[in-house]
Amino acid sequence: MDTILLITQAVNGLQLGVLLFLLSAGLTLTFGIMDLINLAHASFYMLGAFFGASVAIYTGSFTLGFSAAIIGVLAVAWIIEKGIISRLYTRDHLDQLLATFGLILIADTLVHMIWGPAGLAIALPPLLQGQLTLGGVTLPSYRVLIIGVGLLVALGLYCLVNHTRTGMLIRAGASNRQMLSNLGVDVGSLFAAVFCMGAALAGIAGILITPITEASIGMGNDIIITAFVVVIIGGIGSIKGAFIAAIIIGMIDTFGRAFLDQLFMTVMPAETAETAAPAVSAMLIYILMAVILSLRPAGLFPPKLR
Amino acid sequence: MNKFAVALLASASLCTTAMAADDAIKVGFVTTLTTGGAVIGNDMRDAVNLALEHMDNTMGGKPVEVLFEDDGFKPATGKQATDKLIKEDDVDIVAGYIWSHVLMASYRSVLKADKVIISANAGPSAIAGKLCDPNFFSTSWQNDQTPMALGELLNARDVKSLYLMAPNYAAGKDMVAGVERTFGGEIVGKDLTKWGADAQLDFSAELAKAKASGAEGLAVFYPGKAGGAFIKQYQQAGLAESMPLYTMFTVDALSLPKLQEANMTGILGSEMSMFWSPEMDNAANQKFVAGFREKYGRYPSFYAAQSYDAMNLIKSAADALDGDFSSTSAVRFELAKANFDSIRGEFEFGNNHMPIQNFYARKVIEDADGNWTTEITKTVFEKHQDSYAATCSM
Repeated sequence: MDTILLITQAVNGLQLGVLLFLLSAGLTLTFGIMDLINLAHASFYMLGAFFGASVAIYTGSFTLGFSAAIIGVLAVAWIIEKGIISRLYTRDHLDQLLATFGLILIADTLVHMIWGPAGLAIALPPLLQGQLTLGGVTLPSYRVLIIGVGLLVALGLYCLVNHTRTGMLIRAGASNRQMLSNLGVDVGSLFAAVFCMGAALAGIAGILITPITEASIGMGNDIIITAFVVVIIGGIGSIKGAFIAAIIIGMIDTFGRAFLDQLFMTVMPAETAETAAPAVSAMLIYILMAVILSLRPAGLFPPKLR
Repeated sequence: MNKFAVALLASASLCTTAMAADDAIKVGFVTTLTTGGAVIGNDMRDAVNLALEHMDNTMGGKPVEVLFEDDGFKPATGKQATDKLIKEDDVDIVAGYIWSHVLMASYRSVLKADKVIISANAGPSAIAGKLCDPNFFSTSWQNDQTPMALGELLNARDVKSLYLMAPNYAAGKDMVAGVERTFGGEIVGKDLTKWGADAQLDFSAELAKAKASGAEGLAVFYPGKAGGAFIKQYQQAGLAESMPLYTMFTVDALSLPKLQEANMTGILGSEMSMFWSPEMDNAANQKFVAGFREKYGRYPSFYAAQSYDAMNLIKSAADALDGDFSSTSAVRFELAKANFDSIRGEFEFGNNHMPIQNFYARKVIEDADGNWTTEITKTVFEKHQDSYAATCSM
């Protein structure tokens, strides 16, 4: 097999993984610390894309759009946390699912009303429109930038969670909420901060994908299921687990799409392989989830519970 | 006496409801008005409304009422919407349908009620062939025809090796099969990607494979928002210089303004196959395109063109029958004549009620006002009939 193609596909997998990580980081924190299942996380991804794209189109600057995505999503997340989510922490999972699913429908309809059904496309700055060539491997510069931003955010999160007092509280929250609250920590503010931070990360993922696809209604609903798979494989509440699981899933998905048909063609007729390969490669991540859950029911890196 | 009055009143009210139903021609129009597919549905609805305006809201001397229903991009929802139009609203005729799988799920409901259904887009091979029905008509094409024209165009452009990509669903497979039927060169690679509610929109892995295959051309079918996403990634991957792109139902009046917005200059000059183009020189088309641009400030897509034609086809039957749609056999007899000025120029229906029509190559250009649009470069097929007509027993 062609080495250059193999490396190219590995980088593509890494890029998909990094994007999935940005989306799953907030999800795993809210799920792990607040015991909150938040489907509306998908809407923050979409809103990040729409806020960012609107500002980028209006000002002509992608950087300004990027900042607007973060600020806009932070603001919306704060309002939603104070108004709705904070009332859901003590309710059971079904109530949370219903309420946050309702939020998705509201967000989709509002976006339809404000921006119309067509979605928004944005241009990249000229510097990012081209390709980078490194040792025979040619990649779109913008995809390399996504990897860079994603890894930077991952590093920042790692420092925050492992080397700051806030991070200590977050980890403590993931291990034992009740104890944390009994020790006099203002759990309400901690929850709000974590929720907004997670939403902002989803917003970043949203604006990052926009130049590749576009800002469109329901774009987050397509990818949120995969993000939940990442969270479950990684271990609920674990940032490290989410990172590793996201990269694994990015790789498996990319390599499945890239090479599965050729693999299938060695054992079955070409025509069957052509239809079977995309179907199976779409299932691969769920097969992986089933295997991992049967071996480690709490995921790869579950936070230690006390 | 009292009873008599009540009976009188009742029969009078029965009469008026019957009169009201008799008064207007009711057309049910099923399309996608929510989800990302709403962009297409919107364009179709705009075209239907324009058609109504152009016919002064009258067919065969009667007012027209169009009921729009949303299929939500799902076969199950589309069937429900169709059932509602037939059973609750009691429409005279049903039209619309973007997606082949939605049409396949829905059309039986109309046929069972012995009413006519007109597809304004989807053209699955099954309905053109073995499952053909006298009450089915199409103002678009059979799915295979446009890709067959593309295969022929690729031969004319002397492309020797080709990489093919399409979504993994009924129409995607029809498209791939169509190109394979006429393309004379070698197909060096093929990808069918995930489609549906969570369709794949990131094509990095497939584009890397296409690039590594060294094919002389890349042919794709990605309708709706996936098309814009694909073309952006095609240019970002730097393929625009080395591997010319040929498309089917991917580059249209819906995606071009957004591609222009995103400065995707790599698409200029790219060719596709199609039965129609906005600059076609016939009176009906000129009136349609000018009217559409004036009313909505943009070029109509081919979806809009087909919807406009569907309304005019219905009008042709209504005019011939003085607005009396009570006999379905009379309606389909009139419809089969295709006796109206189509935006594509002259055409006739084949035995399976699919149009027998010309197919062209069209190219992406910048018009005099700086808008990106398409222009016909050559005629690929003349009076082309789909390959399933022979298996239709009608």
